[in-house]
Amino acid sequence: MLSNQVNEINTEDWTMVIKPKTGWFDINIRELWKYRDLIKLFVNRNYASMYKQTILGPLWFILSPLITVLIFTVVFGNIAKIPTDNVPQFLFYMAGNTLWSYFAYCLNTTATTFTSNAVLFGKVYFPRLTMPISTVIFGLISFLIQFVMFICFVFFYALSGSAVKPNVFILITPLLIILVGLLGLGFGIIISSLTTKYRDLSILVTFGIQLWMYATPIVYPLTGLSEKYKFIILLNPMSSIIEIFRYAYLGSGSLPIHSLIYSSVVTVVVLLLGIAIFCKVEKTFMDTV
Amino acid sequence: MSNTVIKIEDLCKTYRLGSINGKTLSQDLNSLIARILKKEDPNQKIGAVNFDRNEKLYALDQINLEVKEGDTLGIIGSNGAGKSTLLKILSRVTAPTSGNIYVKGRIASLLEVGTGFHPELTGRENTYLNGAILGMSRKEIDDKLHDIIEFAEIERFIDTPVKRYSSGMYVRLAFAVAAHLEPEILVVDEVLAVGDYQFQQKCLGKMGDISQGGRTVLFVSHQLSMIKALCNKCVLLDHGKVVKYGETVEVIEEYISQRQSPNLISQAVFDKDDQKENAQVYRVSIKNYQGDNCSIYEIFEPITLEVEYEIKKSLVGVALGFSIYKNQGAVCHSFDTDVNRELLNKREAGRYIATVAIPPILKAGNYVMDFTICRPGLDGIDFKKGIITFTVEEKTIDTSMCSYSTRRDGEFAAKQQWQYNKID
Repeated sequence: MLSNQVNEINTEDWTMVIKPKTGWFDINIRELWKYRDLIKLFVNRNYASMYKQTILGPLWFILSPLITVLIFTVVFGNIAKIPTDNVPQFLFYMAGNTLWSYFAYCLNTTATTFTSNAVLFGKVYFPRLTMPISTVIFGLISFLIQFVMFICFVFFYALSGSAVKPNVFILITPLLIILVGLLGLGFGIIISSLTTKYRDLSILVTFGIQLWMYATPIVYPLTGLSEKYKFIILLNPMSSIIEIFRYAYLGSGSLPIHSLIYSSVVTVVVLLLGIAIFCKVEKTFMDTV
Repeated sequence: MSNTVIKIEDLCKTYRLGSINGKTLSQDLNSLIARILKKEDPNQKIGAVNFDRNEKLYALDQINLEVKEGDTLGIIGSNGAGKSTLLKILSRVTAPTSGNIYVKGRIASLLEVGTGFHPELTGRENTYLNGAILGMSRKEIDDKLHDIIEFAEIERFIDTPVKRYSSGMYVRLAFAVAAHLEPEILVVDEVLAVGDYQFQQKCLGKMGDISQGGRTVLFVSHQLSMIKALCNKCVLLDHGKVVKYGETVEVIEEYISQRQSPNLISQAVFDKDDQKENAQVYRVSIKNYQGDNCSIYEIFEPITLEVEYEIKKSLVGVALGFSIYKNQGAVCHSFDTDVNRELLNKREAGRYIATVAIPPILKAGNYVMDFTICRPGLDGIDFKKGIITFTVEEKTIDTSMCSYSTRRDGEFAAKQQWQYNKID
């Protein structure tokens, strides 16, 4: 504009080009890595927002699942008398609930990524994926605390002579945990992307997770189901993960390895789909949210 | 020639007018299925058979702009001109509809101070968080933490949660973090309207430092004086288009004259009003040296003010007063008839015409005049606001080197003579 001599634009000269929204898979891993400090700080922020100015503080990490499991034991075990594969009811429910609550947390929180951070996202750019990723990491931390508590109970029960038989499948625990986290992340970011346009989904999520829990063998064992129901329940990618987790630590129930492969495939597909939609939406969501 | 650091090419941003979509998933699915089956859309408004889906608003319309390294570019324009949209696209909060922006270097944007501050976190924690959000690495923040705290003047409170901060402290910390970003390009929205006067000056100084350090600053503000003080270049947007791009002073003048749409009035006439029983003005006009009503003057051209009024009954202490405002801003000159003591003492009833020369001190610009008949310290008898509008130009004289050019600071134009005496 100022000078008439227009420089030949050498594309390599520019460090950044701001373009209209492009294809489906426009994720910048290197940039995400550059913002790893931010992910760490978001995790810290999540912690602070949750437990600062509470009396019990991080004790809630342990208390809330403990109470949940106790209620499960009373309602499903003692009142409804649902069988638990001959393992102590308390441990049975705790195994399922520990993993499930991680999944539920990831899904619930990432599902509102765009809507609850609209103000922040509207003011400054940073890779939006840092937000759901930090959620999943924070969830992982609280999961690990509960997991340690679970291990303690397993030891306690094993030492006191209950029919609890941890076995070699313990070794695939990390895979199970990763699957749960990624599955929650994948579904969460799909929902968060869609809620920028369709607010009804956020309502659906809250009670959808409740329903989903009953479609997962948490308060009942997979072994007690007829073949038809078992097949349907195993279509749920969370089912085999929880069933195998319980088998590994308690030595009861079944070992649906085929279904675990299926769950892994679903996880990868859901995650990729989620990232694709998320990246598509993140560029213009400010105009619709 | 300095380098271009931002090059904007044919940038457009459109928004669809009206409802964005069905808003619920089921409605959208209905519409989609209907479209696939080639049936009538069940959610279409009745009657809107050929509803134009493409009715769009161009928030930015074919913007082309180049910003050079080290420039401080002011972006001005009325509301809805597209300033904020441009900043949002530059800071990548939203993507353009078409067109590209090429950028050299890191962009940091300050569309708001304290973005992402969490009330439960302490000042120190928030500094890290906010810095990271703005794109600083942990190490950078470590290095600057001390400066940031010092700049914000909150040493004592740095480990207190920010929810206990006063709003001033909060904003100071937030700005301090942002000010210590060291990006090659800084994009700033009107965030300086915070803090007390002293802190504002500090912020302005900091921004000046940034641009003097060879970095590029883009700055949106409605406060033209701030733009004038900070920016060497300026771009005027209107309805998503670049209207003018160039030297700050010229662009601001253009903006002001455009905004005022100067319907110049060189004469105002008023009917007889019986409710005004003491005195009344009938006509106010300004005339050029030929005695014609005129509303455009060259700088230093004599302007004669003529006022016709009636004193309806004999009064004591009456004065006619005028105030001249520049660019709808502050009064730049006001004068009175009270210089004539004898008229103050007693005014005979009757109809008068009074003339006076407006001193040739007005710089180029738009002027508005108020008129009043009053008894100073007692009451206003007749008051007319904004009755005369006129323009002073600096066309025929080359003012580029002159002391009275609008490019220079100062309110008045005056021809001055220097006396030189060689003493040694």
